[in-house]
Amino acid sequence: MSYARRALAVAWKDLAVERRSKETLNALVFFSLLLLFVFQFTLGGDRERLAAVLPGVLWLGFVLSALLALGRTFLVEREHDCWEGLLLAPGDKSAIYLGKLAGNLALMLVVEALVLGLFVVFFDIDLGRALPGLLVVVLLGTLGLAAVGTLFAAMTANVRARELLFPVLLLPVQIPVLLATVKATEALLLGEPLGAVGHWVKLLLAADVVYVVVSLLTFDVVLEA
Amino acid sequence: MVKTLGWLTAAALAAGLVMAFGVAPREVTQGNVQRIMYVHVPLILASYVAFVVLAVASLVYLVRRDLAADRVAHASGEVGVMFVGLGIATGSIWGKPTWGTWWTWDARLTSVAILFVMYLGYLLLRGTIDDPERAARYCAVLGIVAALDIPLVHFSVYWWRTLHQPPSLMKPGGFTGSSSILWPLLVNLLAFILLYVYFVARRARLLRAQAEAIA
Amino acid sequence: MSVEPVVRIIGVRKVFGLVAVLDSVSLDIRAGEAVALLGANGAGKTTLLKILATLLRPTRGAATIAGHDVARAPEAVRPLLGVVAHGAWVYDDLTARENLRFWATVGGLDAYADDLTVALAGVGLERVADARVRTFSAGMKRRLSLARVMLARPRVLLLDEPFAGLDQRARKWLEGRLEAMKAAGAALLMVTHSFGRELGIADRLAVLAGGRIALDTARGTLGPDDVQRLYAAHAEESA
Repeated sequence: MSYARRALAVAWKDLAVERRSKETLNALVFFSLLLLFVFQFTLGGDRERLAAVLPGVLWLGFVLSALLALGRTFLVEREHDCWEGLLLAPGDKSAIYLGKLAGNLALMLVVEALVLGLFVVFFDIDLGRALPGLLVVVLLGTLGLAAVGTLFAAMTANVRARELLFPVLLLPVQIPVLLATVKATEALLLGEPLGAVGHWVKLLLAADVVYVVVSLLTFDVVLEA
Repeated sequence: MVKTLGWLTAAALAAGLVMAFGVAPREVTQGNVQRIMYVHVPLILASYVAFVVLAVASLVYLVRRDLAADRVAHASGEVGVMFVGLGIATGSIWGKPTWGTWWTWDARLTSVAILFVMYLGYLLLRGTIDDPERAARYCAVLGIVAALDIPLVHFSVYWWRTLHQPPSLMKPGGFTGSSSILWPLLVNLLAFILLYVYFVARRARLLRAQAEAIA
Repeated sequence: MSVEPVVRIIGVRKVFGLVAVLDSVSLDIRAGEAVALLGANGAGKTTLLKILATLLRPTRGAATIAGHDVARAPEAVRPLLGVVAHGAWVYDDLTARENLRFWATVGGLDAYADDLTVALAGVGLERVADARVRTFSAGMKRRLSLARVMLARPRVLLLDEPFAGLDQRARKWLEGRLEAMKAAGAALLMVTHSFGRELGIADRLAVLAGGRIALDTARGTLGPDDVQRLYAAHAEESA
């Protein structure tokens, strides 16, 4: 099936380019370390205060990394006119969206795992029983961010003030996802079972479905010449 | 026809003003500042109308590629953002003497603030794209995403504020069904919706004139 | 072979903001024919090329390729096109072979390994097929771009200054390739700034000035000086 092959080709290409150049990955790793230091110096002393703000701080880290990663996702296309090449690709362009989404999702999850790992080590957090639930929440939240982020990144790729416009457009729209993930993470880290945050999980699921479906339907429109 | 609409709007606004000061009762505890509600609530509600129209017009544009629909969406966005901004401002003016604070993060205010920022982004996007056809397409997509986001925003903010937390006391005036409050409110609501329509009509016309001058 | 032109541009007008870059452009190109498009900087040559490439929509007027309107039926037009632009559509961190395979797949073609090898050999890149494009010279990237285009066997070739940045040998090689594609029936539109030898492949010359085609003539035996004179005479016309 040509659609699936095209989507896979795009995903593979992004991951191959990233694996070899490591540009985005390096930037994100360095950024994560930086975040760690900043959070430590501003919040680290008081363990109780840290525990209270941890969910928010963690997701702040995730969101900032996402902004970096997603903002760059079409950057590689801007060299050598590859963007034109994608525009002129025949067939349903939503295949390109899926490929990009898969690539972005993979990259973001890798970085989030790193950030989480760093937090656990440096702030001495015990994830323990919360981990499975946390993984679900992180996966759903990241998908929500990446779904709209990939669409908006395509929209802002060629406009003036791209670096500013992208976060300005993305963040307000992502507030539901942010609220849901922070609240769910908070509850999970306090030892509550996943069922207790079922409504947040359902919101995330609904958001993910809405975002992915809308993006699939409208990506063709965005990638029109 | 737009001229008639203009006169009608002016008349409705005048009627609304009269009713807000003449017919509506002076609120017992809050005093005259409470009369701002007759402007504040209609502004916010009219802005909701603006954003719904924006979403519908965006959809119409994507399906039919008729730039007239895009102009309606554009104008709606501008008027909507203006109304929300004024709504927030009037809310603050009402809130400060009444409840002692300019702002609070209760569910309703937070939702409205998010709405304001989202649609401000819509206008920003318009401002950065020169090609009118591309601006129309991108803004239509953004308009639809924003509209679909509204229920998600509503629920997430509401749950954030009400779960494990007592409901906010700062509701803008409970409607206990007193007709002397209801009628001025309805008249003003109608007036502001007419104002919205009038503004959009004038603005869309201006946009069309601009577009035709270039082509 | 039909006499009907493969590429028909009729009264195309393109406005950006308040500026009309193209006023009313009309031009025909037949199969197996190459037209060189000359014009001053900012005359709108690249804009016209982009309209044909379905990357821009005309404000007024129409352009058709093989009967399909580029604005109304871009999906029908794209498979027929081969575009060689300034950028070579290459990802620096992929190898030549991987680049080719990517574009073939995204373009809906079956990217069999043998076809890729043959295509790379056809442009003289078989020895560096598995080297990263980052190490390639401008000429090599241009060759890879051409391999991409040749794989697709387009009916219309749109070239934006294809000879720019190439050395003597690469230029000669490119001329040969383009002649071969012409012989196979492709229609070529080549935007160019130079009056040198590369005009050799052009059957006709067109000068874009003042938003219109100011001159459309057979190249015949015109040499570089003649062309320069013609260009000077027509290109600096203002609207």
